[in-house]
Amino acid sequence: MAYSEKVLDHYENPRNVGSFGKDDEGIATGMVGAPACGDVMKLQLKVGKDGVIEDAKFKTYGCGSAIASSSLVTEWVKGKTIDQALEIKNTQIAEELALPPVKIHCSILAEDAIKAAVADYKKKHGA
Amino acid sequence: MTTFTLDFSADHFALFGLDRAQGVDTVALETRFRDIQAQVHPDKHTQGSDANQRLAMQWATRVNEAYQTLKSPLARARYLLQLQGHDAQIESNTAMPMDFLVAQMELREAVGEAKVGADDTVLDGVRRKLVIEIKEEYQRLRDLIDAQHDYVAAAGLVRQLMFQEKLLTEIDDALEAVLA
Repeated sequence: MAYSEKVLDHYENPRNVGSFGKDDEGIATGMVGAPACGDVMKLQLKVGKDGVIEDAKFKTYGCGSAIASSSLVTEWVKGKTIDQALEIKNTQIAEELALPPVKIHCSILAEDAIKAAVADYKKKHGA
Repeated sequence: MTTFTLDFSADHFALFGLDRAQGVDTVALETRFRDIQAQVHPDKHTQGSDANQRLAMQWATRVNEAYQTLKSPLARARYLLQLQGHDAQIESNTAMPMDFLVAQMELREAVGEAKVGADDTVLDGVRRKLVIEIKEEYQRLRDLIDAQHDYVAAAGLVRQLMFQEKLLTEIDDALEAVLA
Protein backbone atom coordinates (compact mmCIF):
# COMPACT_ATOMS: atom_id res chain seq x y z
CA MET A 1 0.00 0.00 0.00
CA ALA A 2 1.31 3.41 -0.92
CA TYR A 3 1.50 6.09 1.73
CA SER A 4 0.35 9.60 0.92
CA GLU A 5 2.98 12.34 0.64
CA LYS A 6 1.90 13.89 3.92
CA VAL A 7 2.22 10.58 5.72
CA LEU A 8 5.70 10.08 4.27
CA ASP A 9 6.71 13.59 5.26
CA HIS A 10 5.68 13.06 8.90
CA TYR A 11 7.12 9.56 8.89
CA GLU A 12 10.49 10.67 7.56
CA ASN A 13 10.62 13.90 9.54
CA PRO A 14 8.50 13.27 12.60
CA ARG A 15 7.76 16.43 14.59
CA ASN A 16 8.21 16.59 18.34
CA VAL A 17 9.47 13.08 19.03
CA GLY A 18 10.49 12.33 22.60
CA SER A 19 9.39 12.78 26.17
CA PHE A 20 9.29 15.58 28.70
CA GLY A 21 11.04 15.17 32.03
CA LYS A 22 8.97 13.25 34.52
CA ASP A 23 9.00 16.11 37.00
CA ASP A 24 8.42 18.93 34.54
CA GLU A 25 5.61 21.23 35.48
CA GLY A 26 2.22 20.92 33.73
CA ILE A 27 2.93 17.69 31.91
CA ALA A 28 0.01 15.42 31.05
CA THR A 29 0.53 12.01 29.53
CA GLY A 30 -1.84 9.98 27.41
CA MET A 31 -1.00 6.44 26.52
CA VAL A 32 -3.12 4.31 24.24
CA GLY A 33 -2.78 1.16 22.17
CA ALA A 34 -4.50 -0.36 19.16
CA PRO A 35 -5.00 -4.10 19.69
CA ALA A 36 -5.78 -4.73 16.02
CA CYS A 37 -2.27 -3.80 14.92
CA GLY A 38 -0.32 -3.72 18.19
CA ASP A 39 0.55 -0.04 17.86
CA VAL A 40 1.38 1.84 21.05
CA MET A 41 1.24 5.64 21.28
CA LYS A 42 2.34 8.02 24.01
CA LEU A 43 1.34 11.67 23.77
CA GLN A 44 2.56 14.26 26.25
CA LEU A 45 1.21 17.77 26.57
CA LYS A 46 2.92 20.65 28.32
CA VAL A 47 0.11 22.82 29.57
CA GLY A 48 0.63 26.37 30.81
CA LYS A 49 -1.09 27.86 33.84
CA ASP A 50 -3.67 29.43 31.55
CA GLY A 51 -4.70 25.99 30.25
CA VAL A 52 -3.04 26.53 26.87
CA ILE A 53 -0.91 23.74 25.42
CA GLU A 54 2.60 25.16 25.04
CA ASP A 55 4.34 22.10 23.70
CA ALA A 56 3.70 18.46 22.86
CA LYS A 57 5.81 15.39 22.36
CA PHE A 58 5.05 11.88 21.19
CA LYS A 59 6.51 8.45 20.99
CA THR A 60 4.81 5.84 18.83
CA TYR A 61 5.56 2.25 18.04
CA GLY A 62 3.63 1.34 14.97
CA CYS A 63 3.25 1.77 11.25
CA GLY A 64 3.93 4.91 9.23
CA SER A 65 0.31 6.04 9.48
CA ALA A 66 0.33 5.79 13.27
CA ILE A 67 3.57 7.76 13.49
CA ALA A 68 2.28 10.39 11.06
CA SER A 69 -1.03 10.68 12.95
CA SER A 70 0.70 11.30 16.26
CA SER A 71 3.28 13.63 14.73
CA LEU A 72 0.48 15.66 13.18
CA VAL A 73 -1.50 16.02 16.40
CA THR A 74 1.54 17.30 18.29
CA GLU A 75 1.57 20.17 15.79
CA TRP A 76 -2.16 20.70 15.90
CA VAL A 77 -2.56 20.84 19.68
CA LYS A 78 0.07 23.53 20.22
CA GLY A 79 -1.51 26.87 21.08
CA LYS A 80 -4.87 25.28 21.75
CA THR A 81 -6.57 25.09 25.14
CA ILE A 82 -7.09 21.57 26.42
CA ASP A 83 -10.78 21.80 25.62
CA GLN A 84 -10.04 22.95 22.08
CA ALA A 85 -7.62 20.05 21.72
CA LEU A 86 -10.47 17.68 22.57
CA GLU A 87 -12.30 18.93 19.50
CA ILE A 88 -9.71 17.39 17.18
CA LYS A 89 -11.44 14.47 15.54
CA ASN A 90 -9.96 11.40 13.94
CA THR A 91 -11.78 12.23 10.70
CA GLN A 92 -9.79 15.49 10.43
CA ILE A 93 -6.53 13.62 10.98
CA ALA A 94 -7.47 10.94 8.45
CA GLU A 95 -8.47 13.60 5.92
CA GLU A 96 -5.31 15.68 6.37
CA LEU A 97 -3.09 12.62 5.92
CA ALA A 98 -5.31 11.01 3.25
CA LEU A 99 -5.37 7.77 5.21
CA PRO A 100 -6.93 4.78 3.46
CA PRO A 101 -9.84 3.02 5.22
CA VAL A 102 -7.63 0.26 6.66
CA LYS A 103 -5.53 2.90 8.43
CA ILE A 104 -8.39 4.87 9.97
CA HIS A 105 -7.70 3.18 13.30
CA CYS A 106 -4.35 5.02 13.40
CA SER A 107 -6.20 8.33 13.42
CA ILE A 108 -8.58 7.00 16.08
CA LEU A 109 -5.55 6.09 18.16
CA ALA A 110 -4.22 9.65 17.87
CA GLU A 111 -7.57 11.16 18.83
CA ASP A 112 -7.81 8.82 21.81
CA ALA A 113 -4.27 9.77 22.83
CA ILE A 114 -5.35 13.43 23.07
CA LYS A 115 -8.38 12.42 25.14
CA ALA A 116 -6.22 10.30 27.44
CA ALA A 117 -3.68 13.10 27.92
CA VAL A 118 -6.39 15.65 28.67
CA ALA A 119 -8.02 13.22 31.10
CA ASP A 120 -4.65 12.84 32.81
CA TYR A 121 -4.28 16.63 33.01
CA LYS A 122 -7.75 17.04 34.49
CA LYS A 123 -7.13 14.28 36.99
CA LYS A 124 -3.90 15.92 38.15
CA HIS A 125 -5.44 19.37 38.34
CA GLY A 126 -8.85 18.43 39.65
CA ALA A 127 -10.52 20.29 36.80
CA MET B 1 -23.01 -37.21 -7.72
CA THR B 2 -22.18 -36.21 -4.20
CA THR B 3 -24.63 -34.43 -2.02
CA PHE B 4 -23.52 -32.45 0.97
CA THR B 5 -24.89 -33.31 4.34
CA LEU B 6 -23.09 -30.45 6.07
CA ASP B 7 -25.09 -27.62 7.56
CA PHE B 8 -24.04 -24.22 6.24
CA SER B 9 -25.63 -22.42 9.18
CA ALA B 10 -23.68 -24.40 11.78
CA ASP B 11 -21.10 -22.46 13.77
CA HIS B 12 -17.42 -23.43 13.54
CA PHE B 13 -17.58 -25.67 16.60
CA ALA B 14 -20.71 -27.49 15.48
CA LEU B 15 -19.17 -27.96 12.05
CA PHE B 16 -16.41 -30.04 13.60
CA GLY B 17 -18.64 -31.65 16.23
CA LEU B 18 -16.82 -29.89 19.06
CA ASP B 19 -18.07 -28.29 22.24
CA ARG B 20 -18.24 -24.53 22.22
CA ALA B 21 -15.27 -23.89 24.48
CA GLN B 22 -11.89 -22.22 24.59
CA GLY B 23 -10.34 -25.50 25.69
CA VAL B 24 -10.54 -27.45 22.46
CA ASP B 25 -9.61 -31.05 21.64
CA THR B 26 -6.97 -30.24 19.05
CA VAL B 27 -6.58 -33.85 17.93
CA ALA B 28 -10.31 -34.15 17.28
CA LEU B 29 -10.27 -30.80 15.48
CA GLU B 30 -7.42 -31.91 13.24
CA THR B 31 -8.99 -35.30 12.45
CA ARG B 32 -12.43 -33.89 11.74
CA PHE B 33 -10.93 -31.14 9.57
CA ARG B 34 -9.06 -33.69 7.43
CA ASP B 35 -12.25 -35.78 7.08
CA ILE B 36 -14.43 -32.90 5.97
CA GLN B 37 -11.71 -31.43 3.79
CA ALA B 38 -11.40 -34.73 1.94
CA GLN B 39 -15.18 -34.77 1.46
CA VAL B 40 -15.52 -31.26 0.10
CA HIS B 41 -12.27 -30.98 -1.84
CA PRO B 42 -13.08 -29.43 -5.25
CA ASP B 43 -10.98 -32.10 -7.01
CA LYS B 44 -13.50 -34.68 -5.87
CA HIS B 45 -16.31 -32.88 -7.57
CA THR B 46 -14.95 -32.33 -11.07
CA GLN B 47 -17.60 -34.70 -12.42
CA GLY B 48 -20.47 -33.00 -10.65
CA SER B 49 -22.75 -30.28 -11.96
CA ASP B 50 -21.55 -26.69 -12.03
CA ALA B 51 -23.73 -25.93 -9.05
CA ASN B 52 -22.28 -28.83 -7.14
CA GLN B 53 -18.73 -27.80 -7.97
CA ARG B 54 -19.43 -24.28 -6.81
CA LEU B 55 -20.90 -25.64 -3.62
CA ALA B 56 -17.83 -27.79 -3.05
CA MET B 57 -15.65 -24.74 -3.53
CA GLN B 58 -17.69 -22.72 -1.06
CA TRP B 59 -17.50 -25.52 1.45
CA ALA B 60 -13.76 -25.92 1.09
CA THR B 61 -13.33 -22.21 1.84
CA ARG B 62 -15.79 -22.30 4.73
CA VAL B 63 -14.19 -25.36 6.32
CA ASN B 64 -10.72 -23.91 5.98
CA GLU B 65 -11.76 -20.64 7.59
CA ALA B 66 -13.44 -22.50 10.46
CA TYR B 67 -10.33 -24.61 10.99
CA GLN B 68 -7.96 -21.63 11.00
CA THR B 69 -10.20 -19.83 13.48
CA LEU B 70 -10.43 -22.72 15.92
CA LYS B 71 -6.79 -23.72 15.63
CA SER B 72 -5.43 -20.38 16.88
CA PRO B 73 -6.22 -19.81 20.57
CA LEU B 74 -6.50 -16.07 20.01
CA ALA B 75 -8.81 -16.29 16.98
CA ARG B 76 -10.80 -18.98 18.80
CA ALA B 77 -11.31 -16.74 21.83
CA ARG B 78 -12.39 -13.83 19.65
CA TYR B 79 -14.83 -16.07 17.83
CA LEU B 80 -16.23 -17.45 21.08
CA LEU B 81 -16.73 -13.94 22.45
CA GLN B 82 -18.51 -13.03 19.23
CA LEU B 83 -20.81 -16.06 19.59
CA GLN B 84 -21.58 -14.87 23.12
CA GLY B 85 -22.46 -11.45 21.78
CA HIS B 86 -19.32 -9.84 23.22
CA ASP B 87 -17.27 -7.84 20.77
CA ALA B 88 -13.60 -7.93 21.77
CA GLN B 89 -13.41 -4.31 20.46
CA ILE B 90 -10.03 -4.79 18.90
CA GLU B 91 -10.67 -1.95 16.45
CA SER B 92 -12.19 0.55 18.81
CA ASN B 93 -10.90 0.06 22.36
CA THR B 94 -7.57 1.81 22.81
CA ALA B 95 -7.64 2.12 26.59
CA MET B 96 -5.21 -0.48 27.84
CA PRO B 97 -3.80 -0.45 31.38
CA MET B 98 -1.07 2.19 31.54
CA ASP B 99 1.58 -0.10 33.05
CA PHE B 100 0.94 -2.67 30.34
CA LEU B 101 1.42 -0.10 27.57
CA VAL B 102 4.53 1.33 29.22
CA ALA B 103 5.99 -2.18 29.44
CA GLN B 104 5.05 -2.86 25.81
CA MET B 105 6.77 0.30 24.68
CA GLU B 106 9.92 -0.51 26.67
CA LEU B 107 10.00 -4.02 25.25
CA ARG B 108 9.59 -2.73 21.70
CA GLU B 109 12.41 -0.31 22.33
CA ALA B 110 14.63 -3.07 23.70
CA VAL B 111 13.83 -5.31 20.74
CA GLY B 112 14.51 -2.47 18.30
CA GLU B 113 17.88 -1.74 19.90
CA ALA B 114 18.84 -5.41 20.05
CA LYS B 115 17.96 -5.74 16.38
CA VAL B 116 20.16 -2.79 15.43
CA GLY B 117 22.94 -4.09 17.70
CA ALA B 118 22.52 -7.62 16.32
CA ASP B 119 22.22 -8.88 19.90
CA ASP B 120 20.50 -12.24 19.63
CA THR B 121 21.12 -13.02 23.33
CA VAL B 122 18.88 -10.14 24.38
CA LEU B 123 16.28 -11.08 21.77
CA ASP B 124 16.32 -14.69 22.96
CA GLY B 125 15.92 -13.61 26.56
CA VAL B 126 12.97 -11.31 25.85
CA ARG B 127 11.40 -13.98 23.68
CA ARG B 128 11.68 -16.72 26.29
CA LYS B 129 10.04 -14.56 28.94
CA LEU B 130 7.29 -13.46 26.59
CA VAL B 131 6.49 -17.02 25.50
CA ILE B 132 5.99 -18.07 29.13
CA GLU B 133 3.78 -15.05 29.80
CA ILE B 134 1.66 -15.71 26.73
CA LYS B 135 1.25 -19.36 27.67
CA GLU B 136 0.05 -18.45 31.16
CA GLU B 137 -2.34 -15.90 29.75
CA TYR B 138 -3.90 -18.42 27.39
CA GLN B 139 -4.54 -20.64 30.40
CA ARG B 140 -6.15 -17.72 32.18
CA LEU B 141 -8.20 -16.94 29.08
CA ARG B 142 -9.49 -20.50 29.03
CA ASP B 143 -10.46 -20.23 32.67
CA LEU B 144 -12.19 -16.87 32.14
CA ILE B 145 -14.24 -18.14 29.21
CA ASP B 146 -14.96 -21.77 30.05
CA ALA B 147 -15.19 -21.70 33.85
CA GLN B 148 -15.97 -18.16 34.92
CA HIS B 149 -17.88 -16.99 31.83
CA ASP B 150 -16.36 -13.57 32.46
CA TYR B 151 -16.46 -12.31 28.89
CA VAL B 152 -15.58 -8.72 29.73
CA ALA B 153 -12.33 -9.76 31.40
CA ALA B 154 -11.71 -12.24 28.59
CA ALA B 155 -12.10 -9.47 25.99
CA GLY B 156 -9.54 -7.38 27.87
CA LEU B 157 -7.12 -10.27 27.91
CA VAL B 158 -7.68 -10.91 24.20
CA ARG B 159 -6.74 -7.30 23.47
CA GLN B 160 -3.65 -7.64 25.62
CA LEU B 161 -2.62 -10.87 23.91
CA MET B 162 -2.92 -9.20 20.52
CA PHE B 163 -0.11 -6.82 21.50
CA GLN B 164 1.99 -9.66 22.85
CA GLU B 165 1.51 -11.85 19.79
CA LYS B 166 2.50 -8.88 17.65
CA LEU B 167 5.61 -8.35 19.79
CA LEU B 168 6.48 -12.03 19.46
CA THR B 169 6.27 -11.72 15.67
CA GLU B 170 8.54 -8.68 15.81
CA ILE B 171 11.08 -10.54 17.93
CA ASP B 172 11.02 -13.47 15.52
CA ASP B 173 11.54 -11.12 12.59
CA ALA B 174 14.41 -9.44 14.43
CA LEU B 175 16.01 -12.79 15.26
CA GLU B 176 15.70 -13.87 11.66
CA ALA B 177 17.36 -10.65 10.51
CA VAL B 178 20.13 -10.90 13.12
CA LEU B 179 20.89 -14.57 12.52
CA ALA B 180 20.66 -14.36 8.75
